[in-house]
Amino acid sequence: MPKLKVSLLTGRTLSQGQGKEYGKLSEEYWKSVTVCEIDPEDMKRLKIKEGNNVKLTTSFGSTVLRAVKSMRAPHPGIVFIPYGPWANLLVNAGTHGTGMPSFKGLSAEIEPALGEKVLSLQGLMKKHYKRE
Amino acid sequence: MKNNVITSVKNACAVGESKFLNYASHRCLKPLIRKNGELVEASLDEAIQKSAEILAGASYPILYGWSCTSCEAIRVGLELAEEIGGVIDNTSTICHGPSVLSIQDVGIASCTLGQLRHRADLIIYWGSNPWSAHPRHIDRYTAFSKGRFQPSAWRGYLSRLSATLTKKRLLRAASLVLRRKVSVPPEVDQSPSYALARKERRMIVVDVRRTRSAELADYFLRVEPNKDYELLQALRMLIRDEELDVDEVAGVPVAVLEEIADIMIGCELGVIFFGVGLTMSQGKLRNVDAALSLVRDLNQRTKFLIMPMRGHFNVTGADMVFTWQTGFPYAVDFSHGYPRYNPGETSLIDILCRGEADAGLVVASDPVAHFPREAVQNLVNNPLIVIDPHVSATSLMADVVIPSAFVGIETEGTAYRMDHVPLPLKKVVEPPDGCLPDTVILQRILRQVRKLRRREGEGN
Repeated sequence: MPKLKVSLLTGRTLSQGQGKEYGKLSEEYWKSVTVCEIDPEDMKRLKIKEGNNVKLTTSFGSTVLRAVKSMRAPHPGIVFIPYGPWANLLVNAGTHGTGMPSFKGLSAEIEPALGEKVLSLQGLMKKHYKRE
Repeated sequence: MKNNVITSVKNACAVGESKFLNYASHRCLKPLIRKNGELVEASLDEAIQKSAEILAGASYPILYGWSCTSCEAIRVGLELAEEIGGVIDNTSTICHGPSVLSIQDVGIASCTLGQLRHRADLIIYWGSNPWSAHPRHIDRYTAFSKGRFQPSAWRGYLSRLSATLTKKRLLRAASLVLRRKVSVPPEVDQSPSYALARKERRMIVVDVRRTRSAELADYFLRVEPNKDYELLQALRMLIRDEELDVDEVAGVPVAVLEEIADIMIGCELGVIFFGVGLTMSQGKLRNVDAALSLVRDLNQRTKFLIMPMRGHFNVTGADMVFTWQTGFPYAVDFSHGYPRYNPGETSLIDILCRGEADAGLVVASDPVAHFPREAVQNLVNNPLIVIDPHVSATSLMADVVIPSAFVGIETEGTAYRMDHVPLPLKKVVEPPDGCLPDTVILQRILRQVRKLRRREGEGN
């Protein structure tokens, strides 16, 4: 299975901003934040097409998202995920004494995950934050 | 407006429009209390009583959110935090918290947006993507706005755009005719001095990726991830007429940086708007230190200003109210009976990661959706109260959910714009039955907490 080491950025997108106003449980929000923008050349290297699922792993966690071809390539080795519960499974909670976790520029590994599903918000919360 | 329902919105940005049109969907209309692991409907009095019991009984509760509610509600929240000896923090903590720390260290040369609309001739967005996050910022206050002393750069952008589109169309036609892929080398010089040679106001975007905002700009400077600090310090050296012994910094050739430095020095009034690209990447507050110092250095040569691109509609207000009530803008700890401030220790992410909190109150925010996993895990392991108009990831995990009215739609209040201008927000429609404003809900919880604590004191 091809794997790539990438630099992970998380950030705001317009559709995420609109999606959260539609409601966190809305289809629009889910569609807007469960994507991973990848450079087209990197997609070729991973042997995946737009809409295929990919698994991202950092030292803090891993998540499955839908691959989307980046509109503003080239940026090989850089992937982008909109802010949201899915992206937050991957980010570094360490604040280096500043109170601020690291949401950008994290080293991550990306691989195709064709057989795996992107979790729904409720599914994600049940899997990762189930109360004991 | 038709029968207390908003049917259309004028003059709002895409995010504002979806807020006004969708405020009624995915609403939580009844107070909920978790019983036997399930959230069940309860009366408002019951929910307030339960919340007061949780907060009064906790030894180190956290109170979080505040950036999407009115200044009046934040004031009551601070009173509540003091009463229960908790930690109160707002969303600055995962947004521009490092900028606040840096501003306290270095100082800031800033102004209101109106000044920039009328006077700024060089606009730099650094680590921010206004097209997506602040969709009307560029056309209301900067490059595409029509100022008294500065014309709008909108026409220049349109002609650039139509030239690019024509070129693309011609290439596509040539490919079809010749039946092979045709590409031509870029005809124009890509250096900043060519792109920024115009007399009218110019816009530069510095970012780690090419965003929609970068496409609107006259020049886009791509910086390698986590290298903003180096780039800012290199610019500082060039502005102080010092030489750099390297060929490139953060992936940018020094020759390009020299041209950018000249353009910065040569402007009449420049401004840097910096986003969370600086505060969320490696270096955090030190990146902002470098940006603020760059502006300080530039002011030796010309007039330059700097402003953080704040996110939530009243996050600046939250910082302001926190400061005038406690002396500190965020991460305020009342556990000693007086306000203490030490981000890194009293900031929410750190408290949650250390597992110190034993109860939580979240007002108009969704930390479960926006905090790193480790922090969320600790937040949901303790009793959690949520006051929010919408159903959110956090409200689904809560023990008590109290629905509230939307500030600026269903109730009035005061909010601060990102440049610290307070604006009154109007009430547009009537809230649904039983949905009270945050201020009233918090006042009732506070009253109940005081009653419980008095009873406890008498019992002892």
